[in-house]
Amino acid sequence: MITFMNNSDSEEEPCNERTSLMSAESPPVPSYQDGLQASEAGEAQARRKRRTGSNRSPNNIADGEMSDSGVPVRESALENEEEELTLKYGAKHVIMLFVPVTLCMIVVVATIKSVRFYTEKNGQLIYTPFSEDTTSVGQRLLNSVLNTIIMISVIVVMTVFLVLLYKYRCYKFIHGWLILSSLMLLFLFTYIYLGEVLKTYNVAMDYPTLFLVIWNFGAVGMICIHWKGPLQLQQAYLIMISALMALVFIKYLPEWSAWVILGAISIYDLMAVLCPKGPLRMLVETAQERNEPIFPALIYSSAMMWTVGMAKPDTAARGPSQQMWDAAEDGRENHRSPSHADSQMSETRSPVPTRPITSLEELEEEERGVKLGLGDFIFYSVLVGKAAATASGDWNTTLACFVAILIGLCLTLLLLAVFKKALPALPISITFGLVFYFSTDNLVRPFMDTLASHQLYI
Amino acid sequence: PALGLFLFTIARDPLRIIILIAGAFFWLVSLLLSSLIWFIAVKASDPQDEQLQKGLLIFGVMFSVLLQEAFRFLYYKLLRKAIEGLVALSEDGCSPISIQQMAYVAGVGFGLMSGAFSMINLLADTLGPGTVGIHGDSQLYFLTSAFMTMVLIFLHTFWGILFFHGCEHRRWWEIMAVVVMHLAVSGSTFCNPLYVGSLVPSYLLMATAAAWAYLLSGGSAQNLWRFLLCKS
Repeated sequence: MITFMNNSDSEEEPCNERTSLMSAESPPVPSYQDGLQASEAGEAQARRKRRTGSNRSPNNIADGEMSDSGVPVRESALENEEEELTLKYGAKHVIMLFVPVTLCMIVVVATIKSVRFYTEKNGQLIYTPFSEDTTSVGQRLLNSVLNTIIMISVIVVMTVFLVLLYKYRCYKFIHGWLILSSLMLLFLFTYIYLGEVLKTYNVAMDYPTLFLVIWNFGAVGMICIHWKGPLQLQQAYLIMISALMALVFIKYLPEWSAWVILGAISIYDLMAVLCPKGPLRMLVETAQERNEPIFPALIYSSAMMWTVGMAKPDTAARGPSQQMWDAAEDGRENHRSPSHADSQMSETRSPVPTRPITSLEELEEEERGVKLGLGDFIFYSVLVGKAAATASGDWNTTLACFVAILIGLCLTLLLLAVFKKALPALPISITFGLVFYFSTDNLVRPFMDTLASHQLYI
Repeated sequence: PALGLFLFTIARDPLRIIILIAGAFFWLVSLLLSSLIWFIAVKASDPQDEQLQKGLLIFGVMFSVLLQEAFRFLYYKLLRKAIEGLVALSEDGCSPISIQQMAYVAGVGFGLMSGAFSMINLLADTLGPGTVGIHGDSQLYFLTSAFMTMVLIFLHTFWGILFFHGCEHRRWWEIMAVVVMHLAVSGSTFCNPLYVGSLVPSYLLMATAAAWAYLLSGGSAQNLWRFLLCKS
């Protein structure tokens, strides 16, 4: 037990850093993508203008005035088109985000409901030292608030540390840190998780098989996340590690602390992204100045890039791509949009990015995606998982929280389409989720129970 | 069946999924408010009085039905505005989704949420050990619950179509008819251990609503006949 606790203490550190990174990264990058898209459409517009310009130039000067008046009209028409593109892709993007969030939540809820381990209280993290076993309500509340303050300050310190590292170009350190933490996640947590699941279903497995399975899982995961890999596999891995992280949080955070932490994190998120001196803002600006993408392995990306950087539209080159091209786009469009963006690539990007903006022929077909930070996944899943674990109304509450979070995500994406900057994804969804959780648990549950016992239907 | 509806008709188009989830959300909010009212009423009254509790429950149910319809109306307003926005931004001047489709999807959203809330705890209990009706209640509890839920989901779908159609063409009697039907269905569940009283009228009402909605959506007996004969 002691060994386990020690492990969990030490492993929590990188994981917490990761979480802090992720919650720091949680302002989703969709704005970036949308911004890219807008600049994308802008490029298309510029291209059309150029082409029509070249078409018109051979004509006589009398047409020059027409082209002049024609161009502004076309410009405004194209601007509208730009907005349309944003919104038309809007629904698709929302769904592209719904699916992974839903999957993550389903995994977490399924595990919570079936595996007893994650609902037993086996101790707490060192980040939440105050226990909640006290008898009086006031004391408990005080303890949970103190826990929250400690946790949030840890997260803030980690985020600032990360931003400083980034500012002073200690890339190796950051990469090493990330690799270490994802290593820990992939191997250790998976081992624990698998062990518990096997225990629950009373399935025997010998150590060599276990070792083989976990080794393969972990190795492929490392490669997929930090380097190249098929998009869906990468997405699947990211969902799995988010779910694992969320499960750890659900297990090790005492109840009231968990709710207060959720609330506090969304406020922090709001401030960190929108305040001018917030660490995340600074991160964005620094990345923008340097014209380069940020961190691998912390952002979930839903897009496939279908362009290839060739001089002419070459159908052979338009294969299903890798994320690298995302980076290429990033590098190019960086100056126009706040770039939280990145994809999960690392150094392979650096040779690619410096394509000039005027090489418009490259932009053939693009399927723009949306990016969401992994911290968002984790905290959504923590909310739903906590609802599943502790609510006595069971599934109704869980379902209500789920719908609330999805609607919050919808609204956030809508705001994104309107504002076109990096926005925090946590506040709206978490607020809705919390409101719905508490109200459903206390108000709706007795109502529904009474209705069901009389078999009345509304 | 509701899941089938969802998979075949809604899951393809992302916009419809969003409308579905938003519909579910509106239903949820209406449920929340109505249970709030009920809760306050219960707390303010005497918990020992059986008759009063029953009366309060009935009041709660009716109020909830009215609130649901009110929220359906609000949702209609929201969707109207959304359609105008979509039309303004679309390329060829017509929106990618028509108001009837929205009506259908909204109805399914309401229905799914209502069905889920009614059924899901029951389903979870069915996994566990136990005997149905051991205390003298009906043994058909699960079956009838399942059927009732299904009929309610379908009804919500049809009511959605009828309601939106009524709002579009300003036919107040259609809207009133929907409200009255909803009240009737909920009311019929009051005689519930006597299942004949609740299931049969509900199914009849559902058939009526289905036919009405079908006619409103532009179908006709001829279309149906052709479809059944596989367009021969």
